[in-house]
Amino acid sequence: MPELGKYADTVLSAYGVSLLLLVVLVLASMRASRKALKELEKVESRKNG
Amino acid sequence: MASIWEYANPVKFSRTVQVVLPWVSVGAAVALAVGLIWGFFFTPDDYRQGSTVKIIYLHVPAALMAINAWFMMLVTSLIWLIRRHHVSALAAKAAAPIGAVMTLIALITGAIWGQPMWGTWWEWDPRLTVFLILFLFYLGYIALWEAIDNPDTAADLTSVLCLVGSVFAVLSRYAVNFWNQGLHQGASLSLDKEENVADVFYFPLLVCIAGFVLLFVALVLLRTRTEIRRRRLKALIARERMA
Repeated sequence: MPELGKYADTVLSAYGVSLLLLVVLVLASMRASRKALKELEKVESRKNG
Repeated sequence: MASIWEYANPVKFSRTVQVVLPWVSVGAAVALAVGLIWGFFFTPDDYRQGSTVKIIYLHVPAALMAINAWFMMLVTSLIWLIRRHHVSALAAKAAAPIGAVMTLIALITGAIWGQPMWGTWWEWDPRLTVFLILFLFYLGYIALWEAIDNPDTAADLTSVLCLVGSVFAVLSRYAVNFWNQGLHQGASLSLDKEENVADVFYFPLLVCIAGFVLLFVALVLLRTRTEIRRRRLKALIARERMA
């Protein structure tokens, strides 16, 4: 861990919030993609069979 | 060579995404990891800002993407309005939440940095204010897509909103130059050597920007493919009901 001095809280909170937002965005996008694929496969298999 | 308009075909687009997405995702992960670790652990403090200079590796790329995501939406919206390609409209829809998150990161990291450096979390400075308006435009754009049932009407109206919002995207980039007042400093990245940040901060910043760009591309591809799947699902269900 680098020596952040008196601004440690400032720097760490900026990184914490930003990385959290990015992770939530990536996970939500992946989840929505999987969900859409699953539902589509279900309807297509119903249609075909 | 294949024409770019071939990708307006949802099947062709989805197949291409299948091939390209893993590579872009890995590129984004590597560039972000290298850039952020380099910037956070291996760059010195600034003589004026102290360790808060490390926030630049998140704030600048996020702000850059916030503006450029809107321009990408503008281009795809214009393609929709002129050529009526559905994939284009769906790409604009897919990009909006990413742009909103980038704008939010730029606003939050700016506020966190501003508190110790400027002595305030927020100031009605031209660039900050215009960025806040851009964020509200993103929210309005997303809400408008959700509020209208007919997808073509939604694409038409959101495209018009996108054209209007582009004014604020341009202003958010040039607000400092236009008004020449307020707390926010000029561009951190500039072709002018005098204005540019020092090399020790500049190179990891470039890697972080590359990481954010690749992340944006990966997420747009992923989310556009999701929108195409949703659209097809909706069509199949409607056909089932009619049968």
